Amino acid sequence: MIEIEGITKRYDATTVVDDVSMVIEPRTIAVIVGTSGSGKTTLLRMINRLVEPTAGIIRLDGNDNRSQPDYELRRSIGYAIQGHGLFPHRTVAQNIATVPVLLGWDKARIKARVDELMTLYQLDPEAYGPRYPHELSGGQQQRVGVARALAAEPNVLLMDEPFGALDPIIRTKAQEDLLAIQKRFGTTIILVTHDMEEAVRMGDKIAVMDAGKLVQYAKPAEILAKPASDFVETLVGASEKPFRLLSLGRVSDAVEKGTAEGEAIPGDASQRDALAELLWSGRSALPVKGEDGKPLGRVTVDGLVKRAARPA
Amino acid sequence: MRIRFDKLGVVIAAIAAYAAFLAPFATFRANRIVPGEARSILEALPATTGPLLLAIVVAGALIALLKTPLVLRLAASVVALAALATLIGVAGSFLTPAGNTFARISPASGFWLLIFAFTLLLADVLTRLNLSPWARVGVLVVAALAIGLLLISGQWNSLSILKEYANRADSFWAEGSKHVTLALGSLVAAVVVGLPLGILCHRVEKLRAGALNVLNIIQTIPSIALFGLLIAPLGWVAAHVPGAAALGIRGIGTAPAFVALFLYSLLPVVANTVVGLAGVPRAANDAARGMGMTDRQRLFGVEFPLAFPVILTGIRIVLVQNIGLATIAALIGGGGFGVFVFQGVGQTAMDLVLLGAVPTVALAFAAAIILDAVIEMTATKRRVETA
Amino acid sequence: MKAWLPSLLRLLLVVLLVAFVTNPGWFQPLLKPLTENGAPAIYNQGSLLTLTFLHLRTVLIATVAATIVAVALAILVTRPAGAEFLPLSRSLVNIGQTFPPVAVLALAVPAVGFGEKPTLIALFLYGLLPIFENALTGLTTLPANVMEAARGAGMTGWQRLLKVELPLSAPIILGGIRLSVVISLATATIGSTVAAKTLGEVIIAGLLSNNLAFVLQGGLIVAALAVLIYDGLSAIERYTARRMGQETA
Repeated sequence: MIEIEGITKRYDATTVVDDVSMVIEPRTIAVIVGTSGSGKTTLLRMINRLVEPTAGIIRLDGNDNRSQPDYELRRSIGYAIQGHGLFPHRTVAQNIATVPVLLGWDKARIKARVDELMTLYQLDPEAYGPRYPHELSGGQQQRVGVARALAAEPNVLLMDEPFGALDPIIRTKAQEDLLAIQKRFGTTIILVTHDMEEAVRMGDKIAVMDAGKLVQYAKPAEILAKPASDFVETLVGASEKPFRLLSLGRVSDAVEKGTAEGEAIPGDASQRDALAELLWSGRSALPVKGEDGKPLGRVTVDGLVKRAARPA
Repeated sequence: MRIRFDKLGVVIAAIAAYAAFLAPFATFRANRIVPGEARSILEALPATTGPLLLAIVVAGALIALLKTPLVLRLAASVVALAALATLIGVAGSFLTPAGNTFARISPASGFWLLIFAFTLLLADVLTRLNLSPWARVGVLVVAALAIGLLLISGQWNSLSILKEYANRADSFWAEGSKHVTLALGSLVAAVVVGLPLGILCHRVEKLRAGALNVLNIIQTIPSIALFGLLIAPLGWVAAHVPGAAALGIRGIGTAPAFVALFLYSLLPVVANTVVGLAGVPRAANDAARGMGMTDRQRLFGVEFPLAFPVILTGIRIVLVQNIGLATIAALIGGGGFGVFVFQGVGQTAMDLVLLGAVPTVALAFAAAIILDAVIEMTATKRRVETA
Repeated sequence: MKAWLPSLLRLLLVVLLVAFVTNPGWFQPLLKPLTENGAPAIYNQGSLLTLTFLHLRTVLIATVAATIVAVALAILVTRPAGAEFLPLSRSLVNIGQTFPPVAVLALAVPAVGFGEKPTLIALFLYGLLPIFENALTGLTTLPANVMEAARGAGMTGWQRLLKVELPLSAPIILGGIRLSVVISLATATIGSTVAAKTLGEVIIAGLLSNNLAFVLQGGLIVAALAVLIYDGLSAIERYTARRMGQETA
């Protein structure tokens, strides 16, 4: 659990982060959204003390984060940044092993962990381990960057626009990978982004920041349904709201009884994808199948449209 | 108020303290070549001036040591430097026994260290003031005028270096003008040849690697060897080409030195022209081409103006380098300030070495400051225009 | 140009250089036409091999010392504690470059006497500048996100310096050392005007006795050494830079 209490950061006369308090539950993803200059990155960097706060306190599992030297704190917290920041003079394997080496793990344990992470990220350790970062594609570099952040099995992972430099197709894949890995390790993730789409997709909770202040901190559905201010409303994008709302739900939650013609859509697809498929194919209903391939029922245009409406 | 120390000030104060109290301020020699005897500040200056200089030095060092306003530090460094410059002349007159024309007084390590310490302070202040290019040239002019005034006033005439000068006043100016002619003339020649060559290298890729390699290899030949090697071909030209000798082309002397300096100058000019042209943004070139500019219009209207600061940087390197290298011309009878340096080394007369070295350093220093200012002006002008 | 041609030329140059300094007599017929009045074609007041060795030793000592001092200074002024010195050190480097090597050499003589010492001092001072400048460039232009990642991973200041900053700026620092070595090789010849035992002795003997063969052999040995060392250091530089995926100059 991460408790942020009354955190303020001032540079001379400018207040970059202004009295922010929030609690991040263990094993969840909190996304901090805001425009550039909103103080979101500074807030993130105060958690691993890359920036020292002017006032306030941050507790990790109840311990003040100033109770140990800053470098030891950072070794216990994963950190992934935009443009990955891989060490160009070290191989992929050496890059991933950075923090374990700093912590003095023995060689066998480091190798096992590096291999595990590379395999998890679909990079063959034999083939890619000895390569240098510049020999990888942008997507591969980003995966190595996240693998490096996770190497020392941190409970907390901080991510600053980790997918910012990726093109849209690779970005979606990277987001899915991260969600899968978060489930597997149960890591608490705090992710900073300026992309509301990404926030809605990734976040268990979203924190919206504006001019250094925390404007709203709530579940995605609530942010969409009840934006706390005009600023949040604009950020959410009025015309996008219904679709974003649908993207939060699974098809299996919108199944109605009955059957329909055509190829079945999997139950764990998003309701937004189902609606897109319906509109595009000009049909009014689609069959839905479960994980085992058995039919679950159908989704209809009417049913989905009702779900996209503003919740009461 | 808590007393806070300036980190650089600690270094400056330490140097100043050592120089003022432990190192000799001036050297006294009964004649030109006997070993000298050290004189401290209090021994080298009249009873009132000695303590005054010590007080100025101590005050200046304290101002440097503590965190003080820039204006105060500026004043302290200027006052200290002015006092040192004036009083070394006083030491000269004071230490010279009346009517003795053989005795030689020269500044000793303590004096030079004090000059170094307060120049360091001045340089730090000027760096922190972040002066505009014009202001920097202004400071240079003021400093040059001040030194000129001291020279004309005769304040330094009792110092050994100026006694060496007095014995060679005519040849000093003759060698000086030769030095400047060599350095500037070879630079002009290198620009006249190097610019078109650089443009050609930029346009013709095949030529580029070859030309730059040859110029690179020329740079590796030690200067004294290159000077020497040119004696033979130029001697041959003088003997066999009609009229060449009349133009002053000779095997030894200025001609081989000029050619050698020219050859050394080509690489920085050509290389910086190529780098400058290559650094012109592709978009600017595309736009120029898209608007229907011919190759020539593009060269003079777009590429050249954009590459200009980089080319100027090459010219700065060449000028500073040439002013230094021209000293070596003296070894092959090419003249220049090097004549005094090598004569001085030969006679172990260090004041004669200084007579050659000091003007050389001053010339190179002034050239560097002026050209740096010009480069910055052209570069910032361009940035403003594109912004 | 075929790819193997430069390597072949280099090999040829090495063979010629070694043959010349060990058995200069073989080349006498080539140099004889440059002499007049039956003067010797090959330097006869000392062994070329010994002079080459002494020349290289002088350059090596000066360069090692200059590298240690210049890199240490660059590290100092790029740490937070030394940041105050950064602008000034830049100005000083700029000023320092305006001192001609001959002047440094001549002015060092009164302090340390004739011989190898003033040469070492001049080479050291003159060699400092390119290395310091490059080390400064290298240490101040490190990619920001890599440094951020190093800090975020929990490296201490020392660990960042040794494991990230120095390895990353190694190619640029090597470039400075290369420049410094080439300048020093040439400048060391001037050292012979103050009686240092270097190849400059051969050239100056040639100038004094009007013997072009001496001037040529002294000059060519130094030039060949410079070309070969320049090439060798460039190759190391390219290797370290390419490993990191950097563009090579």
